[in-house]
Formats: sequence, C-alpha cells, structure tokens
Amino acid sequence: MEFSKVSGQNNEHKVVLYALNTCAWCKMTKKYLKDNNVEYEFIDVDLCTPKEKEKIREHIMSKGGSPVYPTVIVDNKILITGFRKDKLEETLGI
Amino acid sequence: MTTLEEVRQRAEADARTYGYHLNPDPEFLQNLLEGLKQNEERYSYPSCPCRLASGKIELDRDIICPCDYRDPDVEDFGMCYCGLYTSSDIYEGKTKVRPVPERRPIEKQVRAYEPAKATQKKEAKTKIEVKTKEEEASEVKKKLWYCRQCGYVVFRDDSPYICPICKAKKEMFAEIKVRIEFSG
Ligand code: SF4
Repeated sequence: MEFSKVSGQNNEHKVVLYALNTCAWCKMTKKYLKDNNVEYEFIDVDLCTPKEKEKIREHIMSKGGSPVYPTVIVDNKILITGFRKDKLEETLGI
Repeated sequence: MTTLEEVRQRAEADARTYGYHLNPDPEFLQNLLEGLKQNEERYSYPSCPCRLASGKIELDRDIICPCDYRDPDVEDFGMCYCGLYTSSDIYEGKTKVRPVPERRPIEKQVRAYEPAKATQKKEAKTKIEVKTKEEEASEVKKKLWYCRQCGYVVFRDDSPYICPICKAKKEMFAEIKVRIEFSG
C-alpha cells in the first residue's frame, strides 16, 4: 500500500489521511494540512486495489470510525471523521 | 465522453428543478464537478464524488448523483453530504455551513468493500472469482416499489429514501408483489 508523503515543519504528530481522489472535502483537508505546514501521509482509497481497500476499511473501523472520507488518524489513536478544522486545530495545535 | 460543462449544466438544471443552488465557492464546486466527471468515466455512472463506490450499479444506485440522501440532507443541514447542492440560506451566506454526517446506512457503505473479500478468498481461481463478483451484484434482489402518495413506481433493491416526485418519505413506499396465476 503506497502512501504519499507531504513534508512540513509541523511534524510532532504522525498524521495519516485516508482520502478519495474525487472528493472535494478531502482536497480541502489536504490543502489545509499543507497550508498549515503539517507533515502528513495520505492515500487515495478509490485508487487502491480491492485488497488494500478492505485493509483500510478494517483499519478505520478498528479505530472506532466508519469508512467515510476524509478520515484523519493522528498518532495512530485519534480519529477525525470528515473535514473538521476545529478538531484538526485542537489535535495538532495549529 | 461527458464534458465538464455537461456535468455542470446537468447539476444546474437539477438544482433549478428542486429549488436548490450549486455550491457558491467556485473552486470547491469545480472540484466536485471534476469528481463527478471522473466517476462517470470510470464507472459509467456519476456516483457521489465523496463516497467510495463499488463500481457495480446494483450496489451504488443510492449514491448516483443526485443521491437518495440529498433532499433530507439539504432539509436538515442546508446542503447535501458533498456540498454540491445547497439551500438558499447557505448559498446566500445566511446560515453557517455545518458538517453533514453520513446518512447512508453502514450496510450500504460496506458494499464498496465486499468484492474485496471475495477476491481475497478466491485469489487463485480467476474464473470463480469473476463468477463470485457477478453473484454478489445479483444478490441484491430488485423489487417493484410504489409510492402510496403519488403512485410513482420504481424497480430497485430498496425503496427510495424519499419519493423523487412528491417528496413522500421512505415509509410511504410499498412493495408491489407480482403474482402470476395459471388457470385452465
Ligand atoms: S451528496 Fe451531493 S454530490 Fe454527492 S451524490 Fe449526493 S447530491 Fe450528489
């Protein structure tokens, strides 16, 4: 499974974004993280193989989320569903 | 191939019919229209750009844009899940944009992943795998439904969330049971 890495100075947290290539809220999330200099990794789930999609679904659901996009997982434990500026700000200290 | 302009015109016409507006943010709107176009190209139907589709029309029917969930979402939150269609209040900036929670039932969301499970199991047997995928799609049994309020009839696995003609709620739909009797 290939994640794309976007580097940034705000790299205290491990930020993983599960997105869809076609989704406008996912694009907003990518832009927001980039504009705020947050280092993150992302994957466009719709471009993954069926096996990878299933793994991602299992992973998101095992963290207590639903398989909706964008989903951001911070430090492998905090899950943010949808583009939630307020929650991103709070969690990442932006 | 559908052009971006055609996707835009289709959405504009639909918004006019239902008294909605398209998202007032030009960049956001452009992204959504491009997403719809991309989905139409890869799946041959414009499934929701903000939801993962299975690629099988039987499983994705409720999320073909405009999806089954648009009208109740515009009513409750002022815009659809993606934010493509908005109410006048949101469009004019009178109401603040709030996140729209996913209304699509989880059983339907996971349909986009079901073929993956079959693929994993039957990995070595390509022929069987193909058959399994077809079977999965046909497992969704279509039925005839009619709206008890206006008489609209539809042939699909589940009754619509809302009647596209008279806006009656899902509960107003009843199944039409077809009985063939042989006599003589
Ligand atoms: S949420 Fe909006 S853009 Fe997505 S399918 Fe429904 S109506 Fe279309």
